[in-house]
This record gives sequence, structure tokens and C-alpha cells, in this order.
Amino acid sequence: MARRTRKALFGTGVGFVVIMVWCLLPVAWILSLSFKSQAETNSGSPQFLPKSWTLQNYRDILHNSDFLYALRNSFGIAIIATLLSVIFATLAAYAIARLDFKGKRLVLSLALAIAMFPVVSLISPLFDMWRTFHLFNTWPGLIIPYMTFTLPLAIWTLSAFFREIPWEMEQAAQVDGATPWQAFRKVIVPLAAPGVFTAAILTFFFAWNEFALAISLTSTTAARTVPAQMSFFVGSDPFNPPYGQLATASVIVTIPIVIIVLLFQRKIVAGLTSGAVKG
Amino acid sequence: MASITMNHIVKKYGDGFPAVNDVSIDVADGEFMILVGPSGCGKSTLLRMIVGLEDITSGDMLIGDRRVNDLAPRDRNLAMVFQNYALYPHLTVYENIAFPLRLAGAPDKEVEEKVRAAAETLELNEHLERKPANLSGGQRQRVAMGRAIVRNADAFLFDEPLSNLDAKLRGQMRTEISRLQKRLGITTVYVTHDQIEAMTLGDRVAVLKRGLLQQLATPRELYDNPANLFVAGFIGSPPMNFMPATVEGTTLKLPFGEVEIPAEKAERAAGAGLLIAGIRPESFAEASAPHLRDVNEANTFEANVDVVEWLGNETYAYVPFEAPPEVQSQLTQLEQELDGEVVRTQLVITLDGSSEVREGDTVKIWMDAAKVHLFDPKTTENLTVDLDHAGRIPGREDALAASAGPAPGTTPAES
Repeated sequence: MARRTRKALFGTGVGFVVIMVWCLLPVAWILSLSFKSQAETNSGSPQFLPKSWTLQNYRDILHNSDFLYALRNSFGIAIIATLLSVIFATLAAYAIARLDFKGKRLVLSLALAIAMFPVVSLISPLFDMWRTFHLFNTWPGLIIPYMTFTLPLAIWTLSAFFREIPWEMEQAAQVDGATPWQAFRKVIVPLAAPGVFTAAILTFFFAWNEFALAISLTSTTAARTVPAQMSFFVGSDPFNPPYGQLATASVIVTIPIVIIVLLFQRKIVAGLTSGAVKG
Repeated sequence: MASITMNHIVKKYGDGFPAVNDVSIDVADGEFMILVGPSGCGKSTLLRMIVGLEDITSGDMLIGDRRVNDLAPRDRNLAMVFQNYALYPHLTVYENIAFPLRLAGAPDKEVEEKVRAAAETLELNEHLERKPANLSGGQRQRVAMGRAIVRNADAFLFDEPLSNLDAKLRGQMRTEISRLQKRLGITTVYVTHDQIEAMTLGDRVAVLKRGLLQQLATPRELYDNPANLFVAGFIGSPPMNFMPATVEGTTLKLPFGEVEIPAEKAERAAGAGLLIAGIRPESFAEASAPHLRDVNEANTFEANVDVVEWLGNETYAYVPFEAPPEVQSQLTQLEQELDGEVVRTQLVITLDGSSEVREGDTVKIWMDAAKVHLFDPKTTENLTVDLDHAGRIPGREDALAASAGPAPGTTPAES
């Protein structure tokens, strides 16, 4: 028994290392690139670690006003899209989980169909529409399509969570003197918190990483987000792109994602409802 | 504090099936009322209509003098303990109990006082800072009760509160609920499928079957004067024995022999043909038992005992018998209504714990013939019921009004 356990542990360890190397090697490569000088990345005989470590890339990029604008846009658009998406999704999912209305299945399947729609196919119609509506190259011009794609996913995730919450919980609150809104806010939403955070993270990632819409529906740094802005890092020599700069920008946009995951991970505690009813 | 009056309450679901059908129950101020019946009898639906979680199809629901049919649950000022407790898992025990007060906007000081007092009553003081997930079943149950008693509700409603607890704890909590209700003197409606809870807790018990009220009476009245086969079979453990019988004069013919019954009972069953006789297991005794030396030899018969269950304080002896098809089909249906299953027709006899009866013995059994009930196999009604001591039996109220004054336990709330 003990031997089997040890063997299994060893196997798990090896598998773990393989997967970690597979996933994190590119990240390590980008990190290493970001500390190399321009001369070194262009030299043609690369090595994994920088020959001489430098922070010049970081200094340059933090003085690049285009990048800073893009960073501001990315944060603004992603946060607003996430907030709106989560608020709407919470209300919609609650209705779907609790109410029996005609066409409920239709709404749910439509939502799923929208989420599966290829983004690229929407770009040219949106481009035309947004120009007519004066939404081209504005924050709402990106927030609206982002919500279209993230809402269905958020609604599905959240309605699954709401369905898990015993209805008695809410009835108890109503008998205790709560209005339906109070019961929702004080009992249901706190219990669905893991679901809300999951939906928020998914939405934020989508908006933060999205490229196709961001590059097509913007024309200046007024609304262009970081992924789109990075494609404009061309540098002086078209045959030698500024790899160091690109890598540095990638590292900088990855940092918020890592921080957010670490923060929210604590909130996503499974089994929050355990003990509500006899298990 | 208030009375609760249900007048001709009907609940129909979308498919037109009446889950509760024309039920009228009056709960007096401070009374402990039990709603009991097998699963699907509509007892929980009725309770949820009182509290406002189910719409009422027709009829009037009054709390005190106020018609509450269209009021939201929060406007009815009732406290409810759910079967699964429905504690808020994200709040501590303290905040769980304080929840109704917080909703009412009570100041912190008052909340503190009332929660401490409730926790004191229920001995939850050490657990106030814990989360429900870390509590045992009995503690969760007490928190749920704490949430009910912390506010000045007009009535308590319990929906099978003990069904999730194990047998020992259930007994303890039963006593605790009874004590609490007596002390607070608050109107209580308690739903259960357990006839022991029904008998021990209730001032009065309403027995329901498939949405219809069968009988509304005190536990003793239900036990001594069941309205029909269903009530007779539901109340009592082990259940009442049912067997085919015919009456000739004052002689009752049973599968085992003949016994003499009181003239008054015989008269009521005269000319009815085949009947179902109901006799409680404890109405039998071994004829050789010391306290029966002088009893009537006529009411004894020989019985072949095939199984004996010795419980220490008493012994159950089982005596199989054959029943004619009319009676058999009625008994099979009765068992289905009681969530049971007829395997064989048999007589259960409660004997003294010191009895020497062994399996396979033939024993001389004495029967207390005065305690026999005779049921009509077609209508299942109890022909020998003493209407003066049977509470209220829907459909037989006219007979009651004719024979006696107002029914015991009715309240002036209807006025």
C-alpha cells in the first residue's frame, strides 16, 4: 500500500513537472527577453538567459505614452465590461434559475449560440454600424461587443450556481421579514459569490485579452487596448522588430491578470453552502 | 399572539389536482396544533399557505381577525422552522438568529439583548460565533428555533423539524419544543408524518389524507374514537388490528371465535352484514394473566402464535389469519394510503413483558370486547364512534350538533 502510494506520488510529481515546463517555458522565455538589450535580441545567437541584465526595456515602455494610454484603455474597458456583465448576468441568471417563464429554454440556447458565434464574422458589420452610430474608436464601442460575448457565459455559470442554492433559504428570508430584493441581496448573492467571482474573472480575461475587435474597431489611442497597441510596436528597422519591447509589454499586461487570479482565488471557496441544509 | 383560522381552504395546482381540498381548521390562541398524515396528504402545503409561501386557490386564511390570503410572507408576522433548517451558511449563529431583527431595522443594542436571551433559552451561547456548517444536527435545529423565537411572531410554524435527526435526538428535541411552546404560550402549527410526535406534542391533531381533513381532535380522542379506518390505522404503534367480523345480536363473530360486545355498539352495527372490526393490540391479554382470573370466559379464544417479539417491557405476539376478499382489498388499500404494504393479514397482540409465550405456542387470549370498533368496509367509517368524544369529523358534524353542544376546542375566532 505504502509503496503504491509512493509510486503514485512519484508519477504525479513527474507529470506535474512536465506540465509546468510545457506551460511556463514560453512565459520564462518572454520574461528573459524583457531583460535583454535590443542589441542582444538582434544579434542572431540567442541564449536563454540575458548575457547582461538590463531594465532599459521597462524604462522605455513606461515612458511610451501610447502604451500607457493603451494600458489605461485596457483597464477601463475590461473593468466596465466586467462590472456591467456581472450585474446583468446575476439578475438574468437569478430569473432563469427561479422563474418559470415561457421561452426559458429558448433564451438559454440563444445565449449559448451567441457565445459560440465566431468573433471575426461580426467585425465588418460592426465596423459599419459603429461608424454610423459614432461608436467607432470609443470605449462603449468595445464594451458593448465584449458584453455580448461574455454575458452568455456569465449567465450560464451563474444560473448553475443559483440552482444549487436551496430555495428554502430564500423562503426562510421572506418569512423572516425580507422583501424579495432583500432576500436576493442578503442571502442569495452572498451564497452565489463563488459563481459571481468566477463569472467576473472569465469576463475580465476575455475583455483584457481580446484582439480582433480591439484592432478593428479602434483607430487611435483614444480606445485602443494593449493587445492591439502591441501590434504597432514596429521599431525603426522593419526587419528587426523590437522583441525586447514586445516581451516587456507582454510581461506588464500579464501582471494584473496574475494578481487578479490570486486575489479572487481566495473568494472562490467551493462548498460555501455546506451546512445550509443537512448534508 | 393570535389565533389562526382556515375556512374552506382549497389548493389546486396547474393540473387541477386539489392538494388541499376544503379544509377548515381553527387554531386557538396559544394552542399547539398538529397537522399529520402520510406523504402527499397536503399537510406541508397547508402550512405553506398559512405562512404565505403558497397561493391559496380559494377559502379564507385568517390570522387573528385579519384576512391574510393576499399578504406577502413578511407581512404575516409568523416564524417558521424549515425541515432542512434553512440556516444562512454565510452568517454566524449570532447573525442567523439576529437576521429577522436586522431586517426589521432594530438597533444593535436591542439585537444584542434579544439574541443573547434567545441563545440563553436554547443553550447556544458557546456557539454564537460559529458558522452553521460547523454545528451538529441538533445545534442547527436549535439555531433555526432561535431565529423563530427572537422576534415577536404571532405564531410558530414547524415543517417536520425533527425528521432529519436521529432517533435519540428526536426524542430530546421533541421534549424541548414542547417545553418551549408551553413556556412561551405561543400559537403553534406543527407538521409531521410521525404519529408519536403528533400524539405527544399536540393539544389537538388534524389528520389529513389526500388533501381532505379526516378528523380534528385531541390525541386521546383520536386514539379512543377514530373517525374511520384511516385514522384508526394511522394513530397507534403497533397499529390497530383489523379483521373481518359480523354481528348477530350482541355477539361479534371474528376469525378466531365469538365475543360479546356491549349492546349499544351492537345496535349501531346491526344489519350491516360483513364489517371490519378494529381492536388495538393492548386490548388483548393472556387469559392466564393474574389480573384476569375473574373475567368473562366468553371473551377468550385460542390463538396460534407464529412470531414473538420481546421488547423487555412488553411482548408482541403475531397471529396470522385468513380474510375474505372484500375485507382483504379494503385493508390493502388502507395500507397503501398509510405508505405501508400488506404482506399478510395478522393479528398483533401486546402481551406483558414477563409473558412466557414462545413461537409456535397455542395460547388462550382474552379480548376487551368493549374496546372494539366496527367499521363499514365500503365507506370505511367507524360505526361505533362516540361522537361526543371524537372532536370534529368533517361530514358527520350534523350528527354531532344533534347529539351534543359545541364541539370541544372550538374557538370564538370565527365570530
